[in-house]
Amino acid sequence: MGLERVFDDEPAFIPYLAAGDPDYETSLEYVEALAAGGADVIELGLPFSEPIAEGTTIQSAIVRALDAGMTVERYFEFVSDLDVDVPLVCMTYYNLVYQYGDEAGPRPFVERAAAEGIEGFVVVDLPAEEAGPLREACDEFGLDLVFIVAPTTTGDRLDRMREQVSGYVYVQSRLGVTGARDDVDDATEESLARVADWDVPKAVGFGIKTGDHAERIVAAGADGIIVGSALVDIVAEGEENDDPADAVADRLEEKARELKEGALRGAGERPEPERP
Amino acid sequence: MSTDDAHDPKFGEYGGQYVPEALMPAIEELADAYERYVLHNEDGFMDEFRDRLADFGGRPTPLQYAEQLSERYDRDVYLKREDLLHGGAHKLNNALGQVLLAKYMGKERIIAETGAGQHGTATAMAAAHLDMPCEIYMGETDIARQRPNVFRMKINGADVNPVTVGRGTLKEAISETMRDWATTVENTHYVIGSVVGPHPFPKMVRDFQSVISEEAREQAIEQTGGLPDAVLACAGGGSNTMGAFAEFVDDESVDLVAVEAGGSSLTVDEAEGVAPNSATLSTGDEGVLHGARTKLLQDSDGQIMESHSVSAGLDYAGVGPELAHLVDEGRVTPVNVDDDRALEAFHRLSQDEGVIPALETAHAFGYLESVAGTATDGRAAEPRDENYEELGDTLVVNVSGRGDKDLETVVEETSKRDLDIAPDMSILNRFGGGGL
Repeated sequence: MGLERVFDDEPAFIPYLAAGDPDYETSLEYVEALAAGGADVIELGLPFSEPIAEGTTIQSAIVRALDAGMTVERYFEFVSDLDVDVPLVCMTYYNLVYQYGDEAGPRPFVERAAAEGIEGFVVVDLPAEEAGPLREACDEFGLDLVFIVAPTTTGDRLDRMREQVSGYVYVQSRLGVTGARDDVDDATEESLARVADWDVPKAVGFGIKTGDHAERIVAAGADGIIVGSALVDIVAEGEENDDPADAVADRLEEKARELKEGALRGAGERPEPERP
Repeated sequence: MSTDDAHDPKFGEYGGQYVPEALMPAIEELADAYERYVLHNEDGFMDEFRDRLADFGGRPTPLQYAEQLSERYDRDVYLKREDLLHGGAHKLNNALGQVLLAKYMGKERIIAETGAGQHGTATAMAAAHLDMPCEIYMGETDIARQRPNVFRMKINGADVNPVTVGRGTLKEAISETMRDWATTVENTHYVIGSVVGPHPFPKMVRDFQSVISEEAREQAIEQTGGLPDAVLACAGGGSNTMGAFAEFVDDESVDLVAVEAGGSSLTVDEAEGVAPNSATLSTGDEGVLHGARTKLLQDSDGQIMESHSVSAGLDYAGVGPELAHLVDEGRVTPVNVDDDRALEAFHRLSQDEGVIPALETAHAFGYLESVAGTATDGRAAEPRDENYEELGDTLVVNVSGRGDKDLETVVEETSKRDLDIAPDMSILNRFGGGGL
């Protein structure tokens, strides 16, 4: 399937921003800045009113976007208005996917997303056990369905996810909700080891904040890094200080470049794969 | 105790487990513990639970014949007095069950969310009783309108964490508690306060609360010689509702009436994302929230609406998945009562029976007043549902909790309205400035 292609040559940098944060037009500029800074895939958040998996940073971003009028329809317009040459993954909660369109179930949403050029989904409150209908719709329209493996995920649950995942697997580096941290958690390597023999790329997220973190995580074996809160922090700071959007976009682009370069350095430190 | 399949996370299409991946193992662990300890009484768990409910909780609670109401409505009205349970509400049944279960599971810390504060209070009491550290999340709006319960939680040794996002009510507090749980899941148990959330919570909470209908059913047979014609209970998330209904579900002759908060209106302001009511069973659509598929107050996009009720405990945009299922099956009839009539009923029960009910409970009595046909003071009786013009001769109303916590709200809200039944509160203005 599609998204795996971006991991072929080098580690992928996968940033997240909430679409419409702080407002529609500014958000377009910010997401485009991430692409300019080296994003390989962008996880574009579709804001849901009850984001139970998010920490304060992303929760606030979602509130800003919703307050500024983001809706499902506007989200699809946003995707269509974006001028980026990077695959987009829709990151959201299941109720929005389920409710869309006239027919109950995820199919109408997936059909529309595919038509707008979305290539995959991360649905944070949809475990593998409940994901059958969405997997089916994704297969029908050729989209990827990414699952999150947590440090607590083991046994049968890993097998269930492995059967359904495509594109890449999102390895949650530590317990908890989203949010930037100052260090890399030891749980990362253990989590990576549990999915090592899966035949999809492994992207690590939760808590990655600097190029240095990115370097260490890729050196530890990740095929990609996912960064949300550290970028949303830049948006929030810009809002707080009333900075001009261009200046904030520059900072986002610069941060994206730092993270991508860190990931590339990490790839250089990985041991050569053993050849049979 | 329930006979449905403990492994089945669904009630028809409702229920399930829609949570972030990090929580799934904890929920599976809990489902296992539920089956072993609650359903199979492993290590004598249920025996200890029942003993503590009796000694610490004060069970059984009476099924009291309400003389004045019976005369007024010309039928036999019985009150299931959960307000007499320790802490003043049915919430203790569930809180004690879950905190004890957490202990059996080896957890070291309790977290919970609360709307009206009754669940937070019950959890804080159970945690103190069983010597477990406890943190409660509560929306800032609810902290302001339920101060007595905040005092009680603090006095019982719990930390109360204010939730300031959104409108600062139960919906936001639940999301915040789930975030805490996702971070601390290995040593912490989240005591969900109603028959909501991911499996096994809806079944487990129902089972802990079903002691209400188990007692009520036996008491009714003993005191009246038969089953009641109807059981009425207020419905927010639905824990007292399911507790009051559970053992009557198979008794087809007993009508089960879930009384929701009609708030100020059933009309929804979609542009503002506000439903000025909490009538989820009556007006909600199917969706996925806080771990379960159920009926929800939501806009056409699937964004969750801000709900409203004069009663903080009913002010929630979701409802238990089993109740949603029983409504679809036609077994439970959802009705609703607006803020005005709930306040009226609050005063009626207080004056006629000397029982000051929680505002949540007052909704159930508000419906009785609506359909029973003798509302002589104030507005005329206006039966809202033709099927319930005849509620039957023997009614059980679940008095889910006592109203001490609501007195400030009642005085304030009553003063805004022209209710004939309301007492003259001017004495408060003459002595002490109006506050309670």
